[in-house]
Amino acid sequence: MEIPRHWRLKKQRYALVGEVCPHCEAKIFPPRDVCPECGDEAKTLFEFSGRGEVYSYTTLHNAPAGYQAYAPYTVALVKLEEGPMVTAQLTDIDNQPVEVGMPVEMVTRKLRAEGDDDRGMLVYGYKFRPMELQPLAAAD
Amino acid sequence: MTDKSTDNLLLKPSRPVGIVGYGAYVPRYRLPASEISRIWTGGTGGVPIQEKSVPGPDEDTATMSIEAARNALARAGIDPEEIRAVWVGSESHPYAVKPTSTVVAEALGIVPFTQAGDWEFACKAGTEAMVAAMGFVGSEMAEYALAIGMDTAQGRPGDALEYTASAGGAAFLIGPAEESVAVIESTLSYVTDTPDFFRREYQKYPEHGQRFTGEPAYFKHITSAAQAYLDATDTVAEDYQYAVFHQPNTKFPGRVAAQLGFSQEQIAPGLLVPVIGNTYSGAAIIGLTAILDVAQPGDQVLMVSFGSGAGSDAFGIRVTERLLERRDLAPQTQAYIARRTEIDYATYTRMRGKLVLK
Ligand SMILES: [Zn+2]
Repeated sequence: MEIPRHWRLKKQRYALVGEVCPHCEAKIFPPRDVCPECGDEAKTLFEFSGRGEVYSYTTLHNAPAGYQAYAPYTVALVKLEEGPMVTAQLTDIDNQPVEVGMPVEMVTRKLRAEGDDDRGMLVYGYKFRPMELQPLAAAD
Repeated sequence: MTDKSTDNLLLKPSRPVGIVGYGAYVPRYRLPASEISRIWTGGTGGVPIQEKSVPGPDEDTATMSIEAARNALARAGIDPEEIRAVWVGSESHPYAVKPTSTVVAEALGIVPFTQAGDWEFACKAGTEAMVAAMGFVGSEMAEYALAIGMDTAQGRPGDALEYTASAGGAAFLIGPAEESVAVIESTLSYVTDTPDFFRREYQKYPEHGQRFTGEPAYFKHITSAAQAYLDATDTVAEDYQYAVFHQPNTKFPGRVAAQLGFSQEQIAPGLLVPVIGNTYSGAAIIGLTAILDVAQPGDQVLMVSFGSGAGSDAFGIRVTERLLERRDLAPQTQAYIARRTEIDYATYTRMRGKLVLK
């Protein structure tokens, strides 16, 4: 039974919330409370923009339990525009070729169902899709 | 209508309220109606729309609501922690018990000091949530409330509803009128007990009482709500630049508009059903987002929803100058519609879980 763990991870998993180092400004994901750049304590929450690019990727044809409904699917190492790397599934890519350097944006999707597909708790989290729906203007 | 005065039928908040931010969502997959016709009728017979949107296998009402709400908050530009209600109207909540709204509130950083609840009233659950949000803000109990209408509708394979039952919807952040991109002047509801369409618990697909779907349900409730609203506000069709009605297929909204004296030009920008299908709780309100994407300050919009069971909510909406500053801060509804991957019937059955594997 993994329900409590999901509950603790929700903030970082639903919305890509990490930390920013108050000493050297490094952006940290996943949150680990210690800055990997300067070694000082870093507990200030920081919400990432969700924009980044594909750094490397691999396509899985034999999905592990809980993920079969989505196979085949592509998992990528995404370099966020703020610096950190995250591993996540790519979605909405259909048969488009994935390329290193491809711009992507974060979306919140169903990751899997816990245990039984029809009865288990649904686990939601971030994935990335090709960046194609940018607003026409940016907030100041 | 009876000869009773309609003046006291209007729901008008004591503090003026409006739409501070709005956002749409349509998934990227499209199933052409001709593809459904190919499977079930050998391609003979007319089809009610051109194509419908289909959610990806990792999408549901919660994930789609999150994206629409992110768009609404991007346009609003307010701190999510100031929102005191997250209300999601849908007939396809992912859980039978456990709110969709708490997932949405968590993902948007609105938790923990907020109301969260799921609303149900067939296809008007979203506008029901909007009326409640107007009351919540209009009474000064809260500054902001988030109302969402979103569905991933399913029709039984081969049924007439399968051609149109689609996925999508919209989110509206309701707040004080002075911060609004569009002021909601007032609203009016018309409800009766009509057995036109229903789905019992544990049933995957809905039933429709064939005799009830057209005249006594859709047309009766929309025209009654709209006419009472026009009478009560002393307005006529010509006073509105745009109108949007619940859109279960291409024909019904066109006919109801004509009955009420609205032209096809007035409904054109909000008529999305031919290219995305019937998004149920999302249908009227996603049409409103497409209108707000093109409207000008001072424009008046009439929106009338319809939910089986049955009822309609009518809203009078006036666009403000602020719309021009805010609307480009999130993707336009037409951009979601243009983003399109066509699928065949086999892919559709897999994506929508129509194949039973065990
Ligand atoms: Zn540091």
